[in-house]
Amino acid sequence: MPTLRKDRWWVQQVVTATVLTLFVGYASWAAFVNKNYYAGSGLHRDLISPFYSPCLTESCVPGSHPGTIITWWTISPALLILIFPLGFRLTCYYYRKAYYRSFWMAPPACAVSDAHSSYSGETRFPLLLQNVHRYFFYAGLVFNVILTIDAFVAFRQPGIGIGFSVGTAVLLINALLLWSYSLSCHSCRHLCGGGVKQFSQSPIRYRVWKLLTPLNGRHMLFAWMSLGFVAFTDLYIRLVASGTIHDYGFHF
Amino acid sequence: MAEEIIRNTAKGEVTMRLWRGDETGGEFAEYVMPAQEGEVVLDVIHRVQATEAPDLACRWNCKAGKCGSCSAEINGRPALMCMTRMDTLPPGEAVTVAPMRTFPILRDLVTDVSYNYEVAKRIPPFHPREKTDDEEEAGGYRMQQIDVERSQEFRKCIECYLCQDVCHVIRDHEENKTAFAGPRFFARSAELEMHPLDVNDRRELLQKEQGLGKCNITKCCTEVCPEHIKITDNAIIPLKERVVDASYDPVAWLGRKILKRRKSTPAEAEADAPSTGPAAVQPEGGVHGIPAPEHADDALVGAWATDAGPGGDAPAEDAPAE
Repeated sequence: MPTLRKDRWWVQQVVTATVLTLFVGYASWAAFVNKNYYAGSGLHRDLISPFYSPCLTESCVPGSHPGTIITWWTISPALLILIFPLGFRLTCYYYRKAYYRSFWMAPPACAVSDAHSSYSGETRFPLLLQNVHRYFFYAGLVFNVILTIDAFVAFRQPGIGIGFSVGTAVLLINALLLWSYSLSCHSCRHLCGGGVKQFSQSPIRYRVWKLLTPLNGRHMLFAWMSLGFVAFTDLYIRLVASGTIHDYGFHF
Repeated sequence: MAEEIIRNTAKGEVTMRLWRGDETGGEFAEYVMPAQEGEVVLDVIHRVQATEAPDLACRWNCKAGKCGSCSAEINGRPALMCMTRMDTLPPGEAVTVAPMRTFPILRDLVTDVSYNYEVAKRIPPFHPREKTDDEEEAGGYRMQQIDVERSQEFRKCIECYLCQDVCHVIRDHEENKTAFAGPRFFARSAELEMHPLDVNDRRELLQKEQGLGKCNITKCCTEVCPEHIKITDNAIIPLKERVVDASYDPVAWLGRKILKRRKSTPAEAEADAPSTGPAAVQPEGGVHGIPAPEHADDALVGAWATDAGPGGDAPAEDAPAE
């Protein structure tokens, strides 16, 4: 790749590609494995992995779901759910930068030549679909509400009462980070106030826009933190559910 | 060469590798200059001119990071020569200075940036709404600070064209120059789109003729901007979202139909543009052959020639109802 740059411009791309590949690898395995995603009453816990919530199919572990809604889905319920967060992150303005640079190499870094001889950007199918980002954002909000409910439900310790455990804290932090990621989204910023022509005519939307703007400036940070933590949350619950580790906590 | 550089560094000298050539070709030439504390790259270039290469061509003017003339690629990174301190560059290595790669070379470090002036001509200028009776009586438009502060960020642009230079859409794909405005002019369009008085709708034009969709938001324009304008986050992405409102979002479309928001049509906006000719620009002459800068500022004059005065000084008075 021709460039006159002398610095190690490729380090960031290698790190990004490695972390994203590890996440996709782990998430795919976790989605297909279809077990150990729920720590239930046998362990006096009510912890469900964010990859499997809401669990709405017949194959869901008893206790992990409010009721079967989808009967025709016979494989892992996670595959039905992960379409939405995956679509949200895939069309995210930050991740687009990350994977266009790291994987597609268009460009690999600033002032480093493209790896492709022609370029049409996001003007043609399938990249034209990046424009549906706001719909994945709406779907992401629904999931955030569900995962927040999961975090509060995790205070329940079946057979013991109400309590607090490491698992509860993990689910709470996970929900908080996912909210931070969603609310710092560029589409969110636009929809809440950025699209207003005259702020003085829409004072409430202006205030919301002002509130979201600093969050938007940290979108990359929230994107990485929430990505890493959602995988950690799944891993933690998986280890608890499989009996590999004990979820320490207390109850009232 | 490495031994020579180390020796030179020990002696308080710096090796400059400067591009020498014209549109037909060229090569890097090395000059060893004494290093002095507090210098910027442009200082050393001037010393090369004064001592060893009086015919070295280099465009510069203010030496204060405000005129946008001395754009170049220093060690491969687009930057202003007058704002790049020598002590921020890796010690013991030759400093490479090349002209901006995106634009045709005129001579040595000087490029023909007239492509940008041609693009600027195609940006529909400021088109204010009619004054209300109250405004006529008061003597002109009144705007609140919160209505203009978003646009003011883009007014910091010094038109150094480093963002245009680094943008891979035209840097690596010359063919896109006919249908891509580039980050500087997306910022200009965003400035106008966000202006509370402007009634032009540039969204279809941005999408279909100015290549907004070609931008894949890799943020290099933001990284190189010497004025630290957040071009991607505050201009390009908001424009992309506005295009989604107009073309890809049925909910927003329905909202517009219900609220019956009045804006000029894209055809009217296009008709406002001073020129709609092709953007492809090839240099025909030397430095003096560059068209006079009847570029963006023509429109900018209109943009702020309201009774409220320049953007930064807009009085914070009550805005009239539209």
